[in-house]
Amino acid sequence: MTPLLAALPPVTVQHYLLLSGLLFAVGLVGVLFRRNIIIVLMCLELMLSAANLAFVAFSRVHGNLQGQVMVFFSIAVAAAEAAVALSIIIALYRARGGVDVEDAAEMKG
Amino acid sequence: MAELLGKLTAAMGTYGPAVLFYGVAGLVLASAAYAVVAKKIDHSAFSLMACFTGVAALYAMLGSDFLAVTQVIVYVGGIMILIVFGVLLTDRLPVEYRQISRETVVQGLAVAVPVMAALVWAAAGTSWPVVAEAAAAAAPPAAGGTDPGTTAAIGKLLLTDYLFPFEFASVLLLVALVGAARMARGGAK
Amino acid sequence: MIPLLLAAGIGGVEGDAPGPGVLETIWGISVVRGLAWSLVAALLVITPMALFAIWLERRLSGKMQARIGPNRVGPEGLLQTLADGVKLLGKESLVPTQADRPLFHAAPAVVFMSAFAMYAVLPWGPDWAPTSLAVGLLFVLAIGSLEAIGVIMAGWASNNKWALLGTMRVAAQVVAYEIPLGISALVPVLTAGTMNVQEITAMQGGGAWNWGLWWAFPANLVAFVLFFWAALANLKRAPFDLPEAESELVAGFHTEYSGMSFSIFFLAEYAAMFVLSGVASCLWLGGWNTGIPGVDVAGMGVWGNLLGAAMVAGKAMLLVAVMMWLRWTLPRLRVDQVMRLCWKFFLPISLACLVWAAAWVSVVKPMLGGNG
Repeated sequence: MTPLLAALPPVTVQHYLLLSGLLFAVGLVGVLFRRNIIIVLMCLELMLSAANLAFVAFSRVHGNLQGQVMVFFSIAVAAAEAAVALSIIIALYRARGGVDVEDAAEMKG
Repeated sequence: MAELLGKLTAAMGTYGPAVLFYGVAGLVLASAAYAVVAKKIDHSAFSLMACFTGVAALYAMLGSDFLAVTQVIVYVGGIMILIVFGVLLTDRLPVEYRQISRETVVQGLAVAVPVMAALVWAAAGTSWPVVAEAAAAAAPPAAGGTDPGTTAAIGKLLLTDYLFPFEFASVLLLVALVGAARMARGGAK
Repeated sequence: MIPLLLAAGIGGVEGDAPGPGVLETIWGISVVRGLAWSLVAALLVITPMALFAIWLERRLSGKMQARIGPNRVGPEGLLQTLADGVKLLGKESLVPTQADRPLFHAAPAVVFMSAFAMYAVLPWGPDWAPTSLAVGLLFVLAIGSLEAIGVIMAGWASNNKWALLGTMRVAAQVVAYEIPLGISALVPVLTAGTMNVQEITAMQGGGAWNWGLWWAFPANLVAFVLFFWAALANLKRAPFDLPEAESELVAGFHTEYSGMSFSIFFLAEYAAMFVLSGVASCLWLGGWNTGIPGVDVAGMGVWGNLLGAAMVAGKAMLLVAVMMWLRWTLPRLRVDQVMRLCWKFFLPISLACLVWAAAWVSVVKPMLGGNG
């Protein structure tokens, strides 16, 4: 058990940044590929979270709290965004009867 | 018994951080990936909830206890409840899963793959500076003593250096609140 | 044995110093360890406590309705809950064919884990606390919202109209009670200057007049009452039991659950009742302090800690009994009444308490010169 565990590379800031990059890419894939607006919204939140994770990791490495303050604001903005986006989604559902991104393509030239 | 406990504690102290990190990172990535590919929107939502909880755990491991708890309260308690509301209010059975055209796939991959490659390259390829003393100063003291946490320091920053953005954020939230209420009600008048 | 484990939980982290650039994750480790210890404690202490609370509820309701209640299994029927548990274990766990299986199975686990995770910050004595988190109180609130998600999951996955109606009610209730719950919990935080539950408890030594209840009078007294009512809404207890209103919705969100998964919901409800009451007692009722001047638990070693644990358990059980009393006294509110009560009464009153506490800390206290 112990030698196996010892083989794990120690965790550095690089690991957190890699994870953050991967999470961001996963969220991006969701935003680009999914058609349901609610899922697109969730994936946007995921991308925000990924960026936040990088902020917190940097904050830790540099030993100051400014990164964490940034994340605090980012969380506040994400909350506002979710509230507004969901009211738009509900209005869209009322008007169009669906929550697909294609339902909101009326302005397409 | 006591000896075993001691050994276990020592092992946890040495290998715990790495094991914890890889475990939580795996959970976060897996649940995020599942949230993106799940066919059912409710599966997506609950999987994303697990992902956000895992991100909160990562914040905790990085020593930002206040943000970790805030993340759970706001994302899981607030945003996820809102999203579940959205799902409940707009879900028509059965959930349609429209076919994605080949064109979309190609275009999407053309954007997503380079972005991922760039991020991975930047994260892995750069030798990040480690400010040793600063990091030590920010690190929470070893468990046992009472850990002062980051809350007080963040609060001070918010009410001094970041007072304007802080007030602005509260105005933003108020505007979002009023706007959301107005918009969601608009159709029902 | 258990106190030993609990005490070990707050011991130091041993191990080699990490190399340069390696991030220590001490906070995460101490939380994980606290959760591990609280799980051990959960199995050995909290489960019997919950079983006792269930027995108490049945006996109390019997008394209030002029009947006897369970009194056959064991002395005074104390083992009745255990017998019921064994019976439920033997029952078939049905999953409706149209249910969403993975979510249906995950929901009780989420509810159970979050109810028990809250015990990680409940201090039992001056030296006995599973963890000493600086953000302890926020942790309780955060985990409480996780529990609501588990309940919503259960109702949604059941694919049953009663369960779905219960789920909608839970979601509406969560957004209504969470804000007054959080703000009323902030009042003692503001007056004490810390979110660490153990530290707040430690400030309430000496006589009962030093308890948090009297701090920044009357802000904390009102906040305690508000917290108690909001906690009732959190626990989905009468008069806020709309999500499982048995006379309208069969059993609401857990209509489709049977056997073991039902008993997990049941156990989690009583475990959560106990821990929220325990946290309230630590914030306002002195926690492990006896309230008798001269009887200082902190200086009495193991016996003091034992006495403290008994104090916490006793005070929490008292609040639990009040919750039961209310259940058999008050009629259920309507949905709109819950919304109105939470948004139009609890929220402004709790905000007023917060403002008064802030004024107390910044203006009145410096004028008095004491730490009243």
